[in-house]
Amino acid sequence: MSDRILNDQEFQLPVSRIFIAASLFVALLLDWLPWQGIWLVLRPDFVALVLLYWCTHKPYHVGISIAWTVGILADVADASLFGQHALAYSVLAFSGIVLHRRILMFNLRQQTLQIFPLLLLAYAVYAAVHWQLRGNISWEYFIGTVVSALLWAPVTILLQTLRRPRAASDLL
Amino acid sequence: MEQNQPLNFFNRGPSPAVRLVFFTLFSLLLLFVDVRYRYLESIRSGLSVLVYPLQRLVTAPSKLWHEVDDFFSSHNSLIRDNAELHHQHTLDVAQLLQLETLKAENQHLRNLLMVQQRADYPMQLAEIMYVERDIFNRKILLDKGAQAKVLAGQVVMDDSGIVGQVTRVYPWMSEVTLITDKDHAVPVQVLRNGLRAVVFGSGDTGQLALRYMPISSDIQNGDVLVTSGIDGTYPVGLPVAKVIHVERDPAYPFARILCAPIAGVDKRRQLLILSGLLKLPERPEVIEEIATDKPKNSRRGGR
Repeated sequence: MSDRILNDQEFQLPVSRIFIAASLFVALLLDWLPWQGIWLVLRPDFVALVLLYWCTHKPYHVGISIAWTVGILADVADASLFGQHALAYSVLAFSGIVLHRRILMFNLRQQTLQIFPLLLLAYAVYAAVHWQLRGNISWEYFIGTVVSALLWAPVTILLQTLRRPRAASDLL
Repeated sequence: MEQNQPLNFFNRGPSPAVRLVFFTLFSLLLLFVDVRYRYLESIRSGLSVLVYPLQRLVTAPSKLWHEVDDFFSSHNSLIRDNAELHHQHTLDVAQLLQLETLKAENQHLRNLLMVQQRADYPMQLAEIMYVERDIFNRKILLDKGAQAKVLAGQVVMDDSGIVGQVTRVYPWMSEVTLITDKDHAVPVQVLRNGLRAVVFGSGDTGQLALRYMPISSDIQNGDVLVTSGIDGTYPVGLPVAKVIHVERDPAYPFARILCAPIAGVDKRRQLLILSGLLKLPERPEVIEEIATDKPKNSRRGGR
């Protein structure tokens, strides 16, 4: 499976703006599910993952401005401070765009290790803002980074599969 | 690096670094304005109208699950619940009768003493839409908002005690900060001996902390804390928490006291919003320094 994912040439996979918007939308909805208790601690940041996917695979389609806009929406829904998610997602998108060639060099398992620091950076930005303005920090928040990084491979496979044209799947 | 710079055939706008700097500065500006001045509340409520239907959509599955769960609740349990409620109702009615006479008597006595009357608090029922998914904030969203005349600062409780306080009002929703939130403080009184204190949230759903109490203070395990009503926000005498752990270490000036909230802060789906806010007379400004110093502290605590 992962070989097939790697064999997908980027230019062969079509991408429509509607599909990008839809994937981000679904990720937002997943983030807004009523997570509670232990699940809240383990909750991966789907929006960050999908944003990172698009920033590494289509750096000219999805950039920092889109990341920032999505972040503002997340801020409103989460009732967090205005710009908190936006800042974190902007930093994430920037790092994804800058490192996209390097990340795509690796296979999926190695990619997970490569994107982990990026996610950690985004989480750290969010936590740092909170710490500066509110004065407290909860360390279990960072567990979400690990879960998100582990979900990188499934999310990539899923999005690649959805992007692959229907006709090609008959050939394989 | 500079020599290998590729020719720029396609103009793609500013480079990522420039964009990052721009959006970072913009975010920081927004953060600063949001924290310091709160000008952005109208934008926030405007965007929340946009987000609201999606939030409803997302909570639909769990709501459906609850409804299906309710539907299949067994006959036996319904009969048992009904009998229990009947029993409770009879007891409550008897107590309510006593309460009425006590109320009349109390009013009479208060009239004689010329003390201000205690007001009744009209309340409205609201349902939890969802619990905040942000691990840093202990907040919940209720399905009543500005349309139902909810105001920021109103007290939210369930049938057993205080749950929190409305901190932000949207057109169809309101945001409640739980008493277990890290920034939240409630002025309380020990029911047993009337000792006044302030109970703080600990950021953990099951715990509150009673800080700044001297080691010698008379607090025991199992003491019930009720609101003292001194701040003018919380009505008098609503149960808040129960003391579960008292640690008196002579090495520290204050005792370490942990409490558990009495209300099911994270268990209920229906909550009550107390509509009437107490109107206190203006605080007389006697000494300038204290008057300028106080509001800063109270704003931090009361939010």
